[in-house]
Parts: sequence; C-alpha cells; structure tokens
Amino acid sequence: MNYEAVIGLEVHIQIKTKSKMFTRVATGYGQDPNTLTDPVVLALPGVLPVMNKAALDAIIRAGLMLGCDIAPVCKWDRKNYFYPDSPKNYQISQYDQPICLGGSVEIELPGPARNVQGEHKRIPLTRIHLEEDVGKLNHTASDSLVDYNRAGTPLMEVVSDPAMHTADEAFAYLTALRTAMVYAGISDCDMEKGQLRCDANISVRPVGETKLGTKVELKNLNSISFVRDGIAHEIKRQLAVIAAGGNIRQETRDYDGQTGTSQSLRSKEMAHDYRYFPDPDLMPVKVDEAWKARLRAECPELPFDKQRRFYEAYQIPYTITSVLVPDRALSDFFEEAVALAGVEKAQAVGNWIVNDLLRELGTAKIGLEASRVRPAHVAELVRLIDSGALLMNAAKEAFVEMFATGEMPAAVVERKGLKAETNAAELEQWCRDAIAGNPKSVADFKAGKESALNAFKGPVMKAAKGKANPKLVDETLRRLLASG
Amino acid sequence: MSEALHYQSIAELSAALQARRISAVELMQAVIARTQAVEDRVHAFNSYDVGDALAQASASDERRARGEARGPLDGIPIGLKDVIAVTGQPLTASSRMLKNFVSPYDATVTRRLREAGAICWGRLNMDEFAMGSSTENSAFGPTANPYALDCVPGGSSGGSAAAVAAGETIVSLGSDTGGSIRQPASFCNVVGLKPTYGLVSRYGLIAFASSLDQIGPFGRSVEDTAMVLGAIAGHDPLDSTSWRAEVPDYRAALQARRGPWRIGIPREYFGEGLDPEVAASVQAAVRFYESQGCTVKDVSLPHTEYGIGVYYIIATAECSSNLARFDGIRYGHRSKEAKDAVEIYSKSRAEGFGAEVKRRIILGTYVLSSGYYDAYYLRAQKVRTLIRQDFLNAYRDVDVMLTPTAPTPAFRRGAKADPLAMYLCDIYTIGVNLAGLPAVSVPCGFSADGRPIGMQLIGQPFGEAELLAMAHTYERAHTWSQRRPTL
Repeated sequence: MNYEAVIGLEVHIQIKTKSKMFTRVATGYGQDPNTLTDPVVLALPGVLPVMNKAALDAIIRAGLMLGCDIAPVCKWDRKNYFYPDSPKNYQISQYDQPICLGGSVEIELPGPARNVQGEHKRIPLTRIHLEEDVGKLNHTASDSLVDYNRAGTPLMEVVSDPAMHTADEAFAYLTALRTAMVYAGISDCDMEKGQLRCDANISVRPVGETKLGTKVELKNLNSISFVRDGIAHEIKRQLAVIAAGGNIRQETRDYDGQTGTSQSLRSKEMAHDYRYFPDPDLMPVKVDEAWKARLRAECPELPFDKQRRFYEAYQIPYTITSVLVPDRALSDFFEEAVALAGVEKAQAVGNWIVNDLLRELGTAKIGLEASRVRPAHVAELVRLIDSGALLMNAAKEAFVEMFATGEMPAAVVERKGLKAETNAAELEQWCRDAIAGNPKSVADFKAGKESALNAFKGPVMKAAKGKANPKLVDETLRRLLASG
Repeated sequence: MSEALHYQSIAELSAALQARRISAVELMQAVIARTQAVEDRVHAFNSYDVGDALAQASASDERRARGEARGPLDGIPIGLKDVIAVTGQPLTASSRMLKNFVSPYDATVTRRLREAGAICWGRLNMDEFAMGSSTENSAFGPTANPYALDCVPGGSSGGSAAAVAAGETIVSLGSDTGGSIRQPASFCNVVGLKPTYGLVSRYGLIAFASSLDQIGPFGRSVEDTAMVLGAIAGHDPLDSTSWRAEVPDYRAALQARRGPWRIGIPREYFGEGLDPEVAASVQAAVRFYESQGCTVKDVSLPHTEYGIGVYYIIATAECSSNLARFDGIRYGHRSKEAKDAVEIYSKSRAEGFGAEVKRRIILGTYVLSSGYYDAYYLRAQKVRTLIRQDFLNAYRDVDVMLTPTAPTPAFRRGAKADPLAMYLCDIYTIGVNLAGLPAVSVPCGFSADGRPIGMQLIGQPFGEAELLAMAHTYERAHTWSQRRPTL
C-alpha cells in the first residue's frame, strides 16, 4: 500500500516591538538575565496587563498580507498551566476568536535544477493569533535558573492547515512565511535568537484516504533545515512503524537536529487541560474598517507578487529574481538602479548586483545598508558600458574600486585611465592593417562566413592594448570590408 | 464639645490643620496612640509602620509650611487593606503565602492618595485573599467588631471597617468583590462604598476575581467617604478595565439640591432569612425617604436567586487563575520540603494557602475544566447578563434601590463554620458586583443588643454622586453614625 504524509506547522514568530505585549518594559535579546523585567513581567501581586497596540497592528498587517479574515474584535483568553518559565502560570493568548482566520502562504518548491524555478502553490492557513512569550530556563548541574527577559515578548502563532505532504513543502512554507514577515518588518525571524520557532504535526495515511492518521507533534525544530530533516525523519519513522505492523501513538516528540534522532516527550494521556477562559483584565478591542485600511496601506508587496512583476516589467531571469526578491532591500536597490539606468538595462543592472555587488559585500562582510555602492553607481556603470566608453574588464576593475571608495564610476574611469579607446582614425588604421594581414578571412567573410570577422578583431584589440570599443571595431571592420 | 482627634471628620481635621491648630504629626500621633490603646482588642491591622507614618505626616507639615498643601486630604491618615500595594510596606493579603512579601511598587490608588497628601497608614486585616465574610479567614488572626468584641466585623474588608469604627484611622480603603466593603461597613456602623466597576483603578490590588473586584472607601460619614472616593476615582492607563469617565466633585454633590428620588424596593431582597430587626430598621429608612417626598416602588429582580450560584462559579474560576502566580518560584512562601519544581508548587501552595482559598481554587479549577466549561462558566456568564439586565430594567422606573446590606447584624466568631452559611451573608450584595453597579452601605440602626445595622443604596452605572447625596440626606437626619463603640 502507498502512503502519504500529512503535515501541519505551528510557527511562533516574535513580533518586533519596542516594548512587551502587556507592559512598557523593553524587549531585547542577549541582555543580562532578568534585566528586561518589571512588576508586570514578574507577575507581582496586583499588577495588570495593558495591551501593546503596535503588536496588534503588526499581526493585523501580517493577516492582511496573507489574505486572512481579520476578526472585528481582538479578544484575549487565558491559557492556564504551571511552568516556571511562565510568571503568571497562565499565558495571555487567543483561544476561540483568533485575530486572523484563514488566508494562505504561497510557496515555491525546489525546481529541477538550482537555476530553474520550481512549482508554486498555496498552503492554506487555519489561523494566526497573538500571545505573549514565556521566559527561559537554564539548567545547571545542581539547579535550574529562570530568565524572564523574553517573557511577555509579543508572539504570533501561525497555524497552517494539515495541507503539506513533504519535508520540502514544509521547508518552502517556512521560507516563504519568514520572507514575508521580514519583508513587512513584522519580525527579523532569526531562528538562532528564537524569533521564529516551529512545531510540526505529522501523520501518515494510505493514499486516497481522506481521514487524517494519528498525529505526532514534533518539537524543538530550531533551524529551518532541522525542520526539513526532522519532518523527513518522522515520516520515515512512522512508515517504518506501520511497515512493521505497528500503530502510531499520539504523542509529542523531541527532535535532536545534531544527531538526527527523536524521542518521546509525552503521550496523549498526559496532555494539558489549559482551562481557557476570557481574560477579565483585558477589554476586547474593536478593529474597524478604517483601522484595517490604514494598515493595509502599510503592507508591502508580497515577495512572489514582486517576482511576477519583475518577470513582467524587467524580463529578467529566475537566476536574478531568485536572489533579488527574497531580500526586500536588495530588490529595492535593484529597482532604484533600473529607474536610473532604464528598463532595457534591467538585466545588466541585475547581473551587476547579483554577481559583483553581493560578492564584494560578502568579501567585505558587510550588509547592503553599509555599501558605498548605491543604485546611482550601478546605473552609471551600466550606462558607461552601454555607450562603449567602458569595456567589461575595465568595468569590473572600476566596480571593485568604487566599492572601496564610493567614487562614481565616471570618476574612477577617469582617474584610473580605464576609458575605452575611441579615436576613430587610429582605430580605422588598425582595422585596415588587420584586413590587409589576413586575405583568407576576407575571402571567407565575403563568402558569407560571418564568424570570419572575429579573426580581424584579435589583432585590432592587441594593437589597441585591449581598450578598443568592440562595437566600434565591429562597425569599422564591416564598413571597410563592404567598401573594399 | 468636639470629639477626640481620632474620631473627627476630614473636614474638621483639615480645617484644624489649615488653621495650624494641629499639625499632621500631632494628628498622626493621636491616631497611633489610639491604635496602640485598642489594637489588642480589635486587631484591625496586620502591621503598621509608626516611623513611616510619622515621616509622611512630617512631610505634610513641611508642605503646608511652604504653602504647598495639596488639599483637604493632606495630612489625613488613611488605612489600606492589606491587599493594596504600598511601596516598601508588606503586602500579605492576610496569607501565609505572602507573609514576608514587601511591595516594590505603589497601587494606582496609593499613588493618588499620596498625590493628595494623605498618609498611607498601616496594613489592614482581611479574609485571606479577600475570600470570606468575617475576617476569620486571616492567617494572622481574626479582627473583632469594635461594637461587639465577640462578634466578627464582617469581611473580607473587616480590618478596614473596624479600624475606622474604632478610631484607629480616619478613613480607609477596602475592596469589594461580592460585598466585602458594604457588609463589614454595615456590621461596624460605618459608610462603605463599592464603586461602579471601572471607576477606580485595580492596578496594585491583588486580584481575587478580576471582573468583580473594586476598591472603595470607608468613612464614619458620607462626606468623608465621598472625599476619599474623589481622590482615588478616575481613568488609569495601567488598568484596561478602568473607564474613561469624568470624575464629578462628590463632596460638592452632597450640598447640591438633589432628589426627591424614585426608590425601588426589590422584593427578592426582603424574603426568608432576613433578620426582623434589620428589616425594621430598613423599613424605617424607607419611611424616612417617603417623608422627604421620595416615591417608593416595589420592583422585582427575578434572577436574584441565581446570584450566589453564578458568583461562586465566576469568582472561583477567575481566582483559580489569578492565584496561580503564587507558586513559590519568584516570591512568596516556598516549602522547605520541596525537592523539585512540581513539589515547589504543590507543597508551597499546600502550606501557604488557607482552607477557604484552597476550596475556591479547587472549585474554580473544576468549573473551567474541559467538558465542564459550557455547563458552568459559560452558563454562569449568561445568567450574569440576565442579572444585570434585571437591574437595568428596574432602573427604567426608579432612580435607586434600597435594600438591607446584610441579612443579619454581626454574628459571633465561629458561628458560621459551614462555608455555605457564610456565603449567604453576601446574598444582598453579590448582585451589585455581578451587575457592575455602585452601591453604598449606610448605618441605619442598631439591634436591641447594640450591633449596628446598615442599609444598602444601589445606584445606576457611575451614579455615585447621586447615591452619596441620597445617603447624605438620610445621615443628616439621623444620629446612628455618631454612636461610637465602647472600647
């Protein structure tokens, strides 16, 4: 019998706000333990939560970007459970009325080759809701210590439908979701800092069966590749259990990305009863149309919409869009440069950014925001090449120079003497010499062998010490051969 | 002849302070002396900090000397129930759990009282975590009723009521979740007001049942009560449930010409279990208002009988969650027996909480459990809406309602060992909390053996000024409020 896997992901994303979800103390990462706390974070007797509106704005923007229905009211519930990282021993969350319902994430599956675009599809979402993060436990040999710096950080939980079937789909989903959230400035989604965390619900069933199999929840998938590896491992494990005639037990398993193994954390019988009920300390907040309209106006174009537009508007290949599009700043840089250089130069601009700029940034270990090469530099460089004033090798040299100094390309070319030779009389003489020196190729060309023209170009370039404008050389040779 | 300083009104004391006839330090010393003289019999306080109180009084005197007095409350001692946070002072909720807890922050009401120049004085005894109606559920021993020392002062704000009655403070704050201000006020012959839900910030009040809790004032007169209410009321950005309402001048409202009122008498509040002496006193008050030109109308609040049931579902559900933070991890009692995290929870809570608190946590945990939520909590919320609607319907025909505050006068300590019998003490006060309405208990008589009796005036949302004016009308024509306990 053939089996298929069914995968749903629960992704927790920290929302980038200045202050915490329900109090004014700052959010942050890497500070000394328990310095980002106040009476509310520590759940001292008598304190009350007050909602951070910026966090609600952010999740509504996320929902609008992903096509969710936005609930007319933001309602808060308490999720009750005891754990030392949870100062109140309940988490303020959203239970039966999540702020975002439905929607979907467009994903791009791996193509047949690295430079070929793969299939696109939409993974439907169940819901997105807002809650607060918990603190962190650090276990030592003799003790457990708790740090509440992270406690109370705004967190959104994005729950997909059980609609994925392969580890690759899950990987693509997470990548697309992360790109969209980073695009909108909702989160930096740095998994190493715990800003994006993923749990996977995985089951298998015979192909053709519509009922879901018994699910296993996989936890601690703390990098995007661990998500892919962990899911692949879990699918394999479940299929092996079934092949051996066993049954899948409903349980939560912990995946260890280092060893590529998983072990059971708890079974269904030990599942929590969270005793959800509406938080009486927080009034429901009305989200009206005007509010939504204002936030909609702040939503950026989605990455894959941009990819489609780039194909349409600029006729550039996947090798370029696949690099530009996932990085909002880089694609903005590209569009600024194209606006200056002209749409017909889009591919050249794209090549310079994807090949040369990224290489130099990588070597210098700096980000785009620190680059001295700005869109105007790239545009001017492309125009110089196009005009024949700058040859490719010289342009590459000029690029490295302007990356280091921030000088405009024309100035670099001038200072370094990189300008292409365009003295017409001199060029014509070199061409005449080349034709005179190679009668066989003259005959070949006149017989219609177009490639014979190349035989003259070598000697001309040599005479010009590589600085001749190839376009001009081409034209001159053709003119002389036609007239002779 | 005017009374001893510790029994004078805010208006008298304020005038004396302003005229430099007394200093705030002298006033505070008088209150301290009185407290030290009677506290062994009353036990209204869990603790008091003489040095801190005198320092505050001294600061008040210095302000006044500089011409910077902050108004009529400047230099007036006000006692705070031990469930309201005061920076640097214990905050115990009368529980072993918080026996050694010192608050690092001020509640909003505390901050506002400081801004008005009042002296935050002492930590007043109460039922543990405000759960009870007699102040017997205190981990630090019961408070006695100043008018009948073998009787309870009511609860849960028993210390707040008793301290005002005994002259151990001029005024005080309590909190009221199901009657915890009004019932002790009626037992102790003082005025106690439970504000409209949302009028006074709950920030810094240890939560019992968040959707029902309100902080409110106690005073020996309606005017004192009104002045404290004016100082603590008003919107607070730190409490999402606090209402953006204009705060009227409650004291001025007492002088304004108001009434005559249309008074509703809810028949469900005069049924079985009402003590005949209480009934007689309340009826006499009704006749007084009639004599003043008020119209009296029989009204019905048909869902009253479900009040206790609904209350003990909603309040316990909320408390089971609110009290989860008392876990021995970050602060509060931690069991010395605990060997791991689970034992820190179970043993610390077993040792730290008293029986009534445990009973309510267990009840609340049960009603929120999966499979029971709809039958209990959700149903209770629906009935709560009906109870509120009962009141709003009645207010189409009447301006206020008049009822007994409690079915009986103060009872003897230990008389109500059965929790259910204790719960019935709040039968006339609980509906007001469920409906979120304001209500005030006003002294309206004494039993033959000298125990105080109070009546309850129930107002419309944010109708405190009207309620206080109506209470004041009664108070001016009667002398109950002037009768002092023999201590």
